[in-house]
Amino acid sequence: MKELTCIVCPVGCHLKVDDQLSVSGNKCSRGKVYAIAEMTAPKRMLTTTVKTSFPDIPRLSVKTKDPIPKELIFKIMEELDNVIVTNSVKIGDIIVQNILETHVDVVATKAI
Amino acid sequence: MIKTDLVIIGGGAAGLSAALAASDANLNILIIERELILGGILNQCIHNGFGLHMFKEELTGPEYAMRYIDELQHKNIEVLLGTTVIDITKPDDFMLTVTSEKDGYQHITSRSVIIASGCYERTRGAIQIPGERPKGIMPAGSAQRYLNMDGYLVGKNIFILGSGDIGLIMARRMTLEGAKVLGVAEIMPYSNGLTRNIVQCLDDFDIPLFLSHTITDIKGKDVLEKITIQKVNERFEPIEGTEREFEVDTLLLSIGLIPDVTLFDSLKMEKSDITKSAIVNQHLMSSVDGLFICGNALHVHDLVDWVSEEGEKAGKYAKAYILSDEKQSREHLKVNPGAKIRYVVPQLIDYSHLNEPVTLSFRTTEKMIAGTFKVYQNNQVIMTKKAKYIAPAEMENIILQPDDFISFDPITVILEEAL
Repeated sequence: MKELTCIVCPVGCHLKVDDQLSVSGNKCSRGKVYAIAEMTAPKRMLTTTVKTSFPDIPRLSVKTKDPIPKELIFKIMEELDNVIVTNSVKIGDIIVQNILETHVDVVATKAI
Repeated sequence: MIKTDLVIIGGGAAGLSAALAASDANLNILIIERELILGGILNQCIHNGFGLHMFKEELTGPEYAMRYIDELQHKNIEVLLGTTVIDITKPDDFMLTVTSEKDGYQHITSRSVIIASGCYERTRGAIQIPGERPKGIMPAGSAQRYLNMDGYLVGKNIFILGSGDIGLIMARRMTLEGAKVLGVAEIMPYSNGLTRNIVQCLDDFDIPLFLSHTITDIKGKDVLEKITIQKVNERFEPIEGTEREFEVDTLLLSIGLIPDVTLFDSLKMEKSDITKSAIVNQHLMSSVDGLFICGNALHVHDLVDWVSEEGEKAGKYAKAYILSDEKQSREHLKVNPGAKIRYVVPQLIDYSHLNEPVTLSFRTTEKMIAGTFKVYQNNQVIMTKKAKYIAPAEMENIILQPDDFISFDPITVILEEAL
């Protein structure tokens, strides 16, 4: 049995999900979908920064273009520790392609 | 001496949209920004969730800012970067004294000014936390800037006071960068942050949230060593025996924001004790003729989308002010916050120029599942609006049409709980 708070809408239902993935506490069907996704394959957008070689702009902000599996968050952070951006970039430019075989690119959210 | 028609102080979300809305081939418009880049606080807000209302998509802060900055390139708008306004007077037109590393002191005259200078964070002094005075205590937004723009992590073992969204976002951000966030304390029995942030910034990383708790002691000779938190009762007094200690090197404060209008004291504009900023009419004009205020410099907003919207309004009315040559007299009625309403902006309605809908923005004093907002004039209800999931953290609004008014007497906004 796991308890979680639904974030689909402002109501914020307190959901309970048991081992057979049956959901209770949800006031609508979207809560059930959310709870099952959270229990089976939770995903998150990751926003962070990477190093640059530009003294005036030492960090470039980046994001995963799509949500990535939640359990990979820290592994992706580690992977991004090794990145140094040395050329100028535009918003949306790919900084790391298909990070950790997730089929998701890490892209710039700022221009340098 | 630079001569302009309109100076906009601040090149963040409010200033950028004000400039775009005011832009006109025949007007000299100048944005003054103290940082070396436009975008303001959006530049350090690298998380996503911005722009859902304006652009119908989720953007990060820098991406949201760039939408406006890109548009600026095609307009007749000048920008002074790395420049700080140090004084502003109004002998006839406005006279601004500015300074920058590049050009030193300069004077600028302008027919109209929009203040879009944002807000600043409350510090430890504002809430008088007892204890010693070591290094390692700073507002969460400062830590955010150090981390996201300069690349410095300010500590390894962190505690956060205040559960506003900045505090929650920083709890996640510091954790991602390798710090250990030991907890977040909130003096209220509920968080003022979005549920989504509670879930994705705290729950995801097993960071405990201590509701109805505050910090009652700080220890540390030179650097922060230890903090004590305590549960509080309904009167926010610490309860004995509930002490809990945390060994931390950093305490981040997310305890509120205050409009930054201190520079403009020499203009003697009328101020509100509640918003700590100017009293304005529906055109966002202050008691100083030609001086407009918008964004977080006017009142602290919860969403940047509403900041942009307000900036746009200030730009539009500043432009109309400059283009209408005649000196206009103004007659105002008062807008009062009534039961369960903390403040309403605008505080005045100029009924001698009441020919467009008026949007009242306000915050409530309490949380409520369902309620009705009512606007009274002469003891009659002139407008009602039902709302659900009302909270002080969320800005609400009501739109009044010119013919909703039944007189030129004051109006009052109240909230009634639905039973």
